[in-house]
Amino acid sequence: MEHETFYTDLLCVGAGLAGERVAISAAAAGFDAILLSLVPARRSHSCAAEGGMQAALGNCAMGEGDSPDVHFADTVKGSDWGCDQECARIFADTAPTAVREAAYWGMPWNRVVAGKAKYWKGGEEFEAEEKKDKHGLITARAFGGTAKWRTCYTADGTGHTLLYTLDNKITQLGVSVHDRVEAVSLIHDGANCMGCVARDLKTGKLRVYLAKATLIATGGYGRLYSETTNTVINDGGGHIIALDTGLVPFGNPEAVQFHPTGVVPTNILVTEGCRGDGGTLLDVDEKRFMDKYEPAKAELASRDVVSRWMMYHIAQGKGVPSPYGDHLWLDIRHLGAKHITTKLREVYDLCRNFLGVDPIHQLIPVRPAQHYSMGGVRTNSDGAAYGLKGLFSCGESACWDMHGFNRLGGNSLAETIVAGRHVGTKVVEFLEGAQVTLSSALADEGLAKMDERVKRLVNRTDGAENVYAIRDAMQKVMMDKVGIFRNGDDLQSAVDTLREIYAQAQKIGLRSSGVGANPELALALKMPGMVRLAICVAYGALMRTESRGCHARDDYKARNDRDWLNRTLAYWRDTQADLPTLEYEPSTQVMYLPPGDRGYGKTEIIPMDAPKED
Amino acid sequence: MSRQLTFHIFRFNPEDPKSEPHTDTFVLEETPSLTLFIALNKIREEQDPSLMFDFACRMAICGSCGMVINGRPGLACKTLTTELPQEITLMPLPVFKLVGDLSVDTGTWFRQTNTKIESWIHTDQEFDAEAVEERMENDLANAIFELERCIECGCCVASCGTANMRPDFVGAFALNRIGRFIMDPRDKRSNPDYFEVVGTDQGIFGCMGLLACEDVCPREIPLQDQLGILRRKMAFQGLKNIFKPKEKGHHRRF
Ligand SMILES: Cc1cc2nc3c(=O)[nH]c(=O)nc-3n(C[C@H](O)[C@H](O)[C@H](O)COP(=O)(O)OP(=O)(O)OC[C@H]3O[C@@H](n4cnc5c(N)ncnc54)[C@H](O)[C@@H]3O)c2cc1C
Ligand code: FES
Repeated sequence: MEHETFYTDLLCVGAGLAGERVAISAAAAGFDAILLSLVPARRSHSCAAEGGMQAALGNCAMGEGDSPDVHFADTVKGSDWGCDQECARIFADTAPTAVREAAYWGMPWNRVVAGKAKYWKGGEEFEAEEKKDKHGLITARAFGGTAKWRTCYTADGTGHTLLYTLDNKITQLGVSVHDRVEAVSLIHDGANCMGCVARDLKTGKLRVYLAKATLIATGGYGRLYSETTNTVINDGGGHIIALDTGLVPFGNPEAVQFHPTGVVPTNILVTEGCRGDGGTLLDVDEKRFMDKYEPAKAELASRDVVSRWMMYHIAQGKGVPSPYGDHLWLDIRHLGAKHITTKLREVYDLCRNFLGVDPIHQLIPVRPAQHYSMGGVRTNSDGAAYGLKGLFSCGESACWDMHGFNRLGGNSLAETIVAGRHVGTKVVEFLEGAQVTLSSALADEGLAKMDERVKRLVNRTDGAENVYAIRDAMQKVMMDKVGIFRNGDDLQSAVDTLREIYAQAQKIGLRSSGVGANPELALALKMPGMVRLAICVAYGALMRTESRGCHARDDYKARNDRDWLNRTLAYWRDTQADLPTLEYEPSTQVMYLPPGDRGYGKTEIIPMDAPKED
Repeated sequence: MSRQLTFHIFRFNPEDPKSEPHTDTFVLEETPSLTLFIALNKIREEQDPSLMFDFACRMAICGSCGMVINGRPGLACKTLTTELPQEITLMPLPVFKLVGDLSVDTGTWFRQTNTKIESWIHTDQEFDAEAVEERMENDLANAIFELERCIECGCCVASCGTANMRPDFVGAFALNRIGRFIMDPRDKRSNPDYFEVVGTDQGIFGCMGLLACEDVCPREIPLQDQLGILRRKMAFQGLKNIFKPKEKGHHRRF
């Protein structure tokens, strides 16, 4: 079969912040790297991040006394003790260096301005004195669930500027970026990963990439849900190819975060920076309510907690009716025109463009929407995937697992370049010692298999199911039954329905010719894998009979540390099966911080040493 | 009564030997808050699954969805159909290589141009992981961000008279980016260094001053100011170069 083959030391599947940061390490150490991306690298989802990234620099007045220790503790509490504490520790310790390194590469971080400054919190204004000796150092804003102001930012274009900064570095280092190339399966011999089969999205042709090390940095799987803040390309492509090996587990698939402030009706996100900077949530009577539910943290409790109270408040009849269902209001009017048109400029623009709302004078309609995938390709603390040597993962696609069951705002951008830096070092160590035999026979086999799949879809060999209808059905079940509040009955029915949808997904046939850069074919190739991921999420949630972080079960309200202080590992070993095999491992091997109360989001806790009742 | 919108969409699939460039017509009922993002997806999913176009963020910050909308380059995701007449003509951006239908290859173009203009900080200072960051005035950080807000959507390039005539012209986007580096004290390039990159007809002197770039910029970046500043700087540098033996930048260690 006619195809192109590329050889490289490191293949990064994904050219967002995480993929680029790892590639920088490899290239700086003298190794070849190729980055693949569905879209030009700078259009990756990372560019959409607005609010900022956490690093305990402690420069601004409200961040005084901050340290990696405090950042670590916040992260573990935020995770509701679901995280790997070793990774959280590495993360908190490295974050300041990674932020400074980005500054060195050209990141225009906002800076401390010495003197008195006015800030807002919970709808009230207060003053803080920014110190002279900190003038000009990197400043920070507040985000939810943090003890100190720690979120470094560039206005509300932090992801954009960070991604451009890293991409500039990639350009300087001469790293090859193959954009509009989609990885469709991994090449492996059962023990070692050797690269991937890919589809050129400009021409539709298949390609082979053979690599000593392969990194999956494909971002999240938000597009399993119909209402999501994620880019249209966040469809779990990296998770699918890893799970398909039957060897690499999907860690904590059920850990899916909803963000409190998706705009109604488009689900475009307005940054948590709005609440961090003093924005408040209001109900139908234009009254605050978060301060009643969470007196200490109010709007700045962690995302899982705020999202749940919002849904609860709406259920109490306090939502604002609209043609798109009930919602609440986000109020940033009191921050004033100057603040809104500078520090929250993207928010200002998108409110006007997409809602016709001027947030200087008007309220913003918001409701929680799917936002972040804590689950992912399970790796160890080096970023090495379980099950296959030479396969790594990093960023949102990975379950490196510093987020556990809830990610704190600002901890994801930070993860991409902090973990990217750390995993980059480990990938370089791996490459330095690598004795890899790359097999073109295995590549040919993978290629032939994929070619066969394409032909069957084009010729409608297996059926004529409509791929878009299948996608819609899957997204609806996930939204309706595997959302913010979960219960056994709904989850069981979700799993049942998804299994039916999965059967249909085997019978997809194209309606178009499939020639060239055909978009229908791209989705059709991915669809069965997406449904497999959805089944992992729903089934993982069904089996986890407790509430932890974003995983909130009405029928098991307590966080159960006795039975569930663990991580789900979903394997899809049997290609004929329509359910994964679930295994479990302890959340963390080292426990620096024993499970306790988070300090917000009151829940019942069944302690680790509670006696078993039967 | 809602409107029946008629879309005239450019079609061509370069990979299909049977395909000829032509226009297809699709009819869609207008719904409240309909954007071209929603409309095109509806057309693809309900009427023609082979239709090629690009979106990613669907919130006007990734730059994927530049296209020519009723004759004017713009971002399709933030275009509400209510802003348009009943007849809507959609064409791919010119200048860039066509992938198919409304989809063009901006990735290759921007990467090549960024390489050509050396769009990165040039410094011979080493990064010190132990040291506190170098200080910067907050106003300067904001001023850099103001130019850095460009999303490389290609609208300015597509609307540019020079870029449409000569393929090697780097376009307003690149000149704006150079402006960003000139402003940044971390970048140690000197004016002669910048002159080498943009002091040519492919660069600032190719600009005919037609002003379309700023008009169409969806980010409202002050491109004309930037071009003006750069033109004056580079013209001055050009004069100096005539009278002086060529200086070489000292800061070219990467
Ligand atoms: C609107 C919004 C705002 C946010 N704001 C913040 C914030 O303020 N602070 C914060 O910390 N976090 C924020 N986040 C989260 C954060 O932006 C992401 O988690 C992070 O950017 C993920 O980076 P990544 O490199 O892991 O993946 P991405 O940036 O998603 O990159 C994934 C890459 O993989 C490629 N890819 C995917 N599948 C394939 C495939 N099969 N083959 C080849 N390539 C593939 C894509 O093209 C892309 O290049 C926000 C998220 C959203 C949605
Ligand atoms: S889709 Fe990102 S700018 Fe339009």
